[in-house]
Amino acid sequence: MLKVEGVEKSFGDFKAVRGANLTVERGDIVAVIGPNGAGKTTLFNLITGQLKPERGRILFKGEDITGLPPYEICKKGIARSFQIVNIFHRLTVFENVQVAVLAHQGKSSQLFRPARKLAVEKTEELLQSVGLLDKAYEVAGTLSHGDQKVLEIAIALGNDPELLILDEPTAGMSPEETASTIELIKHLAETRNLTILFCEHDMEIVFSIAKSIMVMHQGQTLLQASPEEVRRDPRVQEAYLGGEVC
Amino acid sequence: MQKKDKWPWLSAAILGILVLLPFMLPRFYTYIIALIFVTALLAMSLNLTVGYGGMYQFHHGVFYGVGAYTVALILTKTSWPKWVAFLAGPLAAAVVGFLIGWFCVRLTRLYFGMLQISLGSLVWAIVFRWYSFTGGDDGIHGIPMPSFISSLKSSYYFILAVVTVCIYLLYRIVNSPFGRTLQAIRDNPDRCEAVGVNVRRHQLVAIVIATFFAGVAGVLFVVLEGSVFPDLLFWVLSLEIFIMCLLGGWFTFVGPIIGAAIIVSLRTFVGIYTEYWTLILGVILILLIFFLPEGVMGFVLERFAQGRGELGKRRG
Repeated sequence: MLKVEGVEKSFGDFKAVRGANLTVERGDIVAVIGPNGAGKTTLFNLITGQLKPERGRILFKGEDITGLPPYEICKKGIARSFQIVNIFHRLTVFENVQVAVLAHQGKSSQLFRPARKLAVEKTEELLQSVGLLDKAYEVAGTLSHGDQKVLEIAIALGNDPELLILDEPTAGMSPEETASTIELIKHLAETRNLTILFCEHDMEIVFSIAKSIMVMHQGQTLLQASPEEVRRDPRVQEAYLGGEVC
Repeated sequence: MQKKDKWPWLSAAILGILVLLPFMLPRFYTYIIALIFVTALLAMSLNLTVGYGGMYQFHHGVFYGVGAYTVALILTKTSWPKWVAFLAGPLAAAVVGFLIGWFCVRLTRLYFGMLQISLGSLVWAIVFRWYSFTGGDDGIHGIPMPSFISSLKSSYYFILAVVTVCIYLLYRIVNSPFGRTLQAIRDNPDRCEAVGVNVRRHQLVAIVIATFFAGVAGVLFVVLEGSVFPDLLFWVLSLEIFIMCLLGGWFTFVGPIIGAAIIVSLRTFVGIYTEYWTLILGVILILLIFFLPEGVMGFVLERFAQGRGELGKRRG
């Protein structure tokens, strides 16, 4: 479904990503792991168009999407959440998700219809599915960090994506919040036929839900394989300076 | 949702009072109130880009001036039907808005504002220097108006009617999917791009709409004054309308109206006693920053929200 081939990106003299390869099959849950600064977030930004690669190709459903602007890539069926909370702070929770749903339905440019009557059912259904419906009319900026991270996911779902990319979905969450968010992601993947690509520092989470793992080190892909193979691979052990991978 | 149901009644009551005012007030006050209407529309049009769009439209006065000059030039230099002039004003403002905006939306934040000031000042310089066409710093005076709006009272009603319609349209726009998406762009343009919104195009459309309404305000200024001068496009006026939005409350819909009323009143009534009325304005601004960072309306709504709990938190 998604194929990344030899992608490269540098910032000044620093090569953040040099030769990343990744394959995501439909229905998979794929994790990208690697030490801090390995280029995981940069890779995601390259896939979803926030950054443009200098070399390499990105194919989605066989179509070349390399270097398209983010809003075009989004329309092809890839949605994402961000590592650092990235929501619309002054809007209500409802409006946060509604903006995405309106964009997906191609209604963002309607000038004179009242917005409060549009896309209501779909938005409420999404809020229900992530458990934020009772907070729908609170201003997003006042939510707890955990709720804001979940709202991130709800916004991404507003586009009815086929591929959902999550950049450290549980970063900064308490252990309880982390557990319930992981359950939520699993549940969403099953009920919505989602293909999920994510990165995460917590190895327990990675090995418990990923079907395939891609390991990055210093901007390069070391390997992509099943969790068992990754666990056994000596190169991975070395990249993590011995044994951090259980 | 109770709050929403009250608004039509409140608006109707205010409108009723405004209709009766010219019968109760002396000519001078009627004139000042009409000027407040015009300025309020101008400030509201700016607020579409600043408060709702989060764009630093620093030189909005230019489009006010372009609207005013277009109608003035057509009325004095051509024998075209008068309605053409009235239509051409806002359209010309929107076209200039499109041209300047087309460059500006490629930049962000302060850089947007800087480019906007430079390109806007260019338009001002042309108007200021081109004596043979625009009258230079003399401006154009004694612009002939159609007879049905030539008296102060009739122009008052004309302005009131047009401003009311425009405010209604702006209200609809702000609460439409377009307006909601615009606010999302203000809060977080990158995220908006990632949910499938063409941010630049959306911002450009907002600028064109805002400059169109600024052009309408410019036309109404000519209806009221019968003259134009280059100060309409000078950056000082642009700063003043920017302050109106901040003062009234730029995250609220009616804030700019209140800001416009305060500034125009200050300029008029304090201006009678001292030419240094901007000193008073300066003091007010300092107090504003310390005590009402969200503007007058922001403050009122916040109070309102405290009394009513969750309901008031939801902004219209």
